[in-house]
Amino acid sequence: MRELLLMCWEFFKTGLFAIGGGMATIPFLAGLAQNYPQWLSVADLSDMIAISESTPGPIGVNLATYVGFHVFGVWGGVAATLSLVLPSYIILILVAKALDRFMKNRFAKGAFITLRPAVTGLIAAAGYQVFRIALFREGALLMGAALLFCALLFFTQWSKTQKLHPVVWIAVAAVAGVIFQF
Amino acid sequence: MRMKLYMKLFGAFFRIGLFTFGGGYSMLPMLQREVVDKYGWATNDELLDCFSISQCTPGVIAVNSATLIGYKQAKLAGALFATIGVITPSIIIITIIAATLQNFMHIAAVAHAFAGIRVAVAALIVSAVIKLIKSNVLQQPAEDGKQGPGPFFKRHWLRLLLFILSFAIVAFFSVSPIFIVAGAILTGIALVGKAAA
Repeated sequence: MRELLLMCWEFFKTGLFAIGGGMATIPFLAGLAQNYPQWLSVADLSDMIAISESTPGPIGVNLATYVGFHVFGVWGGVAATLSLVLPSYIILILVAKALDRFMKNRFAKGAFITLRPAVTGLIAAAGYQVFRIALFREGALLMGAALLFCALLFFTQWSKTQKLHPVVWIAVAAVAGVIFQF
Repeated sequence: MRMKLYMKLFGAFFRIGLFTFGGGYSMLPMLQREVVDKYGWATNDELLDCFSISQCTPGVIAVNSATLIGYKQAKLAGALFATIGVITPSIIIITIIAATLQNFMHIAAVAHAFAGIRVAVAALIVSAVIKLIKSNVLQQPAEDGKQGPGPFFKRHWLRLLLFILSFAIVAFFSVSPIFIVAGAILTGIALVGKAAA
């Protein structure tokens, strides 16, 4: 029970500080993997990101349900998801009327200009963690994985293929993983 | 009568949750169809405003949009039904997947597939970061005259420094992202009105 409450508290904090949508929740979950290895590993987190990208629903919500289920079963998933959405529910209800004025406030505008590059850095740091476990095993670079990474990075940026849904690249990588035995 | 509106809100956002893959901007067409075209709960402009507010407030964008539109229609209870509606499909689908996946993870081919998928996830995140660097770090914030936060924010090095610091602190020292978010907000507030010297 204490463990469940602790998890809900962690997801409440994530919901409170993850500003900018789904991707912004990833650094917080990477932090969970660091502080609570008994709940999830970085490899688990990566699996969850792939599953969340390939299934319907907002990524942040999917990730919370998945982590909660992983740790405490069905009710863990429900509890984690509700904890994640609770802070924004409270905040939006409290400030719903003043929101338009808030958005035009120069202090708010300034804060968002400095916040966005910092959040970009946070997501990059989470990407770096997944990058390390995906491309290296026991300190050695996996050549096949490195080649696949470069190819996928190219295709997700190339103007002709960048609009394709992430599910396509996840499927390609799964097939490559099976064929070349990553 | 009120219950009917609550169920409509729940149903509309349930469908939005069910048919949106990936979140963020990918949900906008579905929101437009349900909220603007089908029920007339908001105009297209109101929806876009609501969407940008959702991006700037904490939490998941889709959920925040649901809360705002639900609140606009039927106050607290409306917000509650819309919010629960948008998260219910995820809870059901992800629980089923998570429950079945555990039975397959020990198969060697499945393990190899997920090792491959990890590479794709790394590439997708790095790719998203490249796009975010272009829009959030390298691009000048929009000019809005006297209402703007001040000329200091035009400096590229300021945004670049924040990006690098945030990355390095979290990647190489285990500092909670909470401190980075709070620090970046405070930095922005402290710099408002600073003249470009």
